[in-house]
Amino acid sequence: MAASDVVFRVKRYRPESGGRPTFQEYTIPYRNDMVVLDGLNYIKDHIDPTLTFRWSCRMGICGSCGADVNGQPRLTCGTYVRDVHRGAVTVEPLSNFPILKDLVVDFDDFLRKLASVTPYIVRKDWGDLRKEYVQYPEDVEAYRQQSLCINCMLCYAACPVFGSSPEFVGPAASALALRYNRDTRDEGADARLARLNTKAGVWECTFVGECSVVCPKDVDPAAAIQTLKFLATMRHMRRLLMPGSSSR
Amino acid sequence: MERTSFDIVVVGGGAAGLRAAIAAAESDPELTIALDAVEFFVARCPKEIIQLEHWGCPWSRDPDGRVSQRAFGGMSVKRTAFAADKVGFHILHTLFQTSMKYDRIHRFDEYFVTSLIVDGGACTGVVAMNLRGGTMVAIQGKATILATGGCGRVYEFTTNGFIKTGDGMALAYRAGVPLKDMEMVQFHPTCLPGTGILITEAARGEGGYLVNKEGERYMQRYLPGKMELGPRDILSRAMVQEMKAGRAFEGPYGLYLGLDLRHLGAKKINERIPMVRELVEKYMGLDPIHELIPVRPGQHYIMGGVSTNGKGETTLPGLYAVGETACVSINGANRLGSNSLSECLVFGAACGIAAAAFAKKKASYPRGGAAREALKKEEARVFDGLLGRERAKETVAGLRVEMQQLMERDVGIFREDSALGDACGMLGKIRDRFAAVGLADKDRVFNTELTAVLELDFMLDVALAIAHSARNRRESRGAHSRTDFPQRDDANYLKHTLAFRTDGPPRIDYVPVTVTKWEPVERKY
Repeated sequence: MAASDVVFRVKRYRPESGGRPTFQEYTIPYRNDMVVLDGLNYIKDHIDPTLTFRWSCRMGICGSCGADVNGQPRLTCGTYVRDVHRGAVTVEPLSNFPILKDLVVDFDDFLRKLASVTPYIVRKDWGDLRKEYVQYPEDVEAYRQQSLCINCMLCYAACPVFGSSPEFVGPAASALALRYNRDTRDEGADARLARLNTKAGVWECTFVGECSVVCPKDVDPAAAIQTLKFLATMRHMRRLLMPGSSSR
Repeated sequence: MERTSFDIVVVGGGAAGLRAAIAAAESDPELTIALDAVEFFVARCPKEIIQLEHWGCPWSRDPDGRVSQRAFGGMSVKRTAFAADKVGFHILHTLFQTSMKYDRIHRFDEYFVTSLIVDGGACTGVVAMNLRGGTMVAIQGKATILATGGCGRVYEFTTNGFIKTGDGMALAYRAGVPLKDMEMVQFHPTCLPGTGILITEAARGEGGYLVNKEGERYMQRYLPGKMELGPRDILSRAMVQEMKAGRAFEGPYGLYLGLDLRHLGAKKINERIPMVRELVEKYMGLDPIHELIPVRPGQHYIMGGVSTNGKGETTLPGLYAVGETACVSINGANRLGSNSLSECLVFGAACGIAAAAFAKKKASYPRGGAAREALKKEEARVFDGLLGRERAKETVAGLRVEMQQLMERDVGIFREDSALGDACGMLGKIRDRFAAVGLADKDRVFNTELTAVLELDFMLDVALAIAHSARNRRESRGAHSRTDFPQRDDANYLKHTLAFRTDGPPRIDYVPVTVTKWEPVERKY
């Protein structure tokens, strides 16, 4: 191995060959400005075309290239080898998800969880298309942070609760629920809180906070879940004290 | 067993495809399209912006609570609605999340379409590879909409994602539908060297300067009336001219110019273009509040595409195309910034409604015979043929790079006959060598080497259409700039190019341009 090389240890799993996941090592040329995804692509194009991983935008917006890098869930396109390089770079599929092949994991359960929080505007009366709903800059600011999620699933890979209780609705879906509950145009907050005010909802969260540590977009799902716990409690109290009171 | 017959099959889950799917699911019968495509686009656009607003798009707002607007290149009025500088992202996620409302929308995640089913002169669905299952399936539809986006990956240096390989264009082209105006390729002036990551035009819309290594705002030499807010084609050509004149900076990835945002201040940068700062810090290690951003032009968009009318209809009954995949001809030879997203919304909706109306008229789902035959053919071509090829000297990665470098060098910002002739010849040779590409991965499940081979196959069709269309247009117009024919020539070329697929090089034909309200005149700023 030359001084200008770096070793990638990549976890391989080939469903059609059977067996358990194994590690394979690749020695590739090092550049100071290379990201982990560059390394994977170098291997795919020059050494081993069978290595399988998802990617597309290479600019941290499509959310498809997540993997565990040296044990931490990361976007491989936004992780510089120089920042994680300790003799070797270990790349594994995101934890807590079923592996389909090599670094490719199954995201169906994640998408079902997103869909379960009614992630769209709910209204009785939509009005016509001649006028927008008025929303002041501070109204947009109220849900802006939670609207930045790119569905990369790193927060689920980092979450020990999701790891042991797969029915947990999880960080990104909770943040998305809060995003719509905070939107002044929405009238579906009550139903969303009812959905989340369950064991498999926000109460499963033990506030480890790893989800917010690994989030590449600073969505802070951990804080979102704590806020939802508060809102769900308030809703519960209101219903006890004022039966028949409605959503907000 | 999973359902495989539908009213409408949409290929592609981006902005145009999602908008079409939602429109079809809601199927608004009131909308009729009787206008010219451009007039329809202009008339319908505000409603689409408000529709997205009603669905929750986080548009940036003015202090009075209304949707904010700003200017993009070539505009003299502020008319682009925006959601900070993540407009595409927010539109996409708003549509994706809203699409979850409809049980009628059945998503096939990670299916890769390999061909169209054509039965009795009409398109009746697609054959697709289920990547997770490693199987080939026929998905039949009364109508099929292609919405796979652009084809930027035929070029070496592009802002496009890895998956933008012109699949929808090639699928239609192979079914006999012409590709229109494929020579009209847009190069965006402000891309980060090395990666090709796009720095949005909003950076200049908010007042950013372009400077050369002498610190001069060089656009005063080329377009003093518009400066940095000139259209993308003129800005990209000016950059190449500055490079040739020796006034560009030199870096590890070649020559570049500077995008200067420093005078805007931290507040404006953080509020209006936060993603610019995020990207430049992350991918260049620079802070645009204090430093120049290195930029150079790169392929960004193609004005051409599958020839359609304003409803997205192609010449093949039952087949529709929309978004960047399509060429409905609202962008002419040079698209203005922000019109591609609006195009996805306006024509996505129109196309979804037209396809729904078409499907409604058909009482029954397509007969299974043609689908079974197409399925068998694709299984033989892909699984027995391509997948059966042993690893060989020709690799998909090797040929892809050759194609990309050739397109970059000979079919780029400036073009001339001998280079275009070389490109046409060399692409033909690469097309021949493609037959010898071998595969190392023999799995059927999630075989991304196999999808890369299929994508290269699509890209070669598209690249050939671009190169031949460019060679045949012996004038300069918009983004198509010929050094050997620098003038616009309305007498001979005020017309659309059509490229038809043949077993040899594409057959090039022309059709007249629709002129309505505005007579064509020379572009002046």
